[in-house]
Amino acid sequence: MSHDHDHDELALRAAALEAVLVDKGLLTTDQIDAIVERYERDLGPQNGARVVARAWVDADYRERLLADGAAAIGELGYGGFEGDTMVVVENTPEVHNVVVCTLCSCYPWPVLGLPPTWYKSPAYRARVVGEPRAVLREFGLDLPTETEVRVWDSTSEVRYLVLPERPAGTEDMSEDELAALVTRDSMIGTGLASSPT
Amino acid sequence: MSPVDPDVASPDAAAAPPRANGELVFAEPWESRAFGVAVALHDAGIVDFEAFRARLIDEIGEGERAHEDAGAYRYYERWLTALERTLLAERLVDDAGLDAARRAITRDWEHDHGH
Repeated sequence: MSHDHDHDELALRAAALEAVLVDKGLLTTDQIDAIVERYERDLGPQNGARVVARAWVDADYRERLLADGAAAIGELGYGGFEGDTMVVVENTPEVHNVVVCTLCSCYPWPVLGLPPTWYKSPAYRARVVGEPRAVLREFGLDLPTETEVRVWDSTSEVRYLVLPERPAGTEDMSEDELAALVTRDSMIGTGLASSPT
Repeated sequence: MSPVDPDVASPDAAAAPPRANGELVFAEPWESRAFGVAVALHDAGIVDFEAFRARLIDEIGEGERAHEDAGAYRYYERWLTALERTLLAERLVDDAGLDAARRAITRDWEHDHGH
């Protein structure tokens, strides 16, 4: 069976499922289009980056974010499905946090969008719990041995967001400039925020 | 240095498929439809997303027990199967209806190819 044939078969199954639901009046094509467009264009790590940058410049906001993630994220207008219960974990010189979903692919959609392929891969999900330092090294992140690594498993209703450390040399940067340093991987914990150049 | 999305930066950005950090959000159009149907059913209160998620976890576990390697790992295939199983179990669709829709769509696609 060829690769193309497999994909035709999957495309056919997806199209048939949609057609039956639309025929029954349970959904409309427009509803599905609107959701796809929202996830392709509006939701993504640019939202989480704004949350992180705000926390870096506003100590009160940072406190609220760590105390009740979903409420503080909601202050910036982000929230909803798969983001109702958010726990924000803060990186410090002593502690590095990294997020996984060992059972499937739970991920904070409102602030990070849909997960990258590697986040959904069996290898990442299985290995990051048992050998986080080795996995992080493969991402190019070699942490000092004295840094404690904490792995957060998103298997319940809780979704995690890592608050990365603010890079050195950014004291004079604006919130917008700071947001541009916040990478997706730094909010999953497989990377750090970028350094200014 | 800020991460620059190459597609946002390029003049062809409008025509390029959506990407996040350089990676396609959906690799194939059918993946986006399977995703959109599941979320739309949740939004409309028709399907309990936790029931769907439980089946998705089952499906992903099946794939791993079958030793699907990372290269062959097709997340949205598992997603689609979990969605079909959920809708069949909830009797929102049935096999006869799905078969009929597949036959009709196959005829349309073959017709399109003929022109």
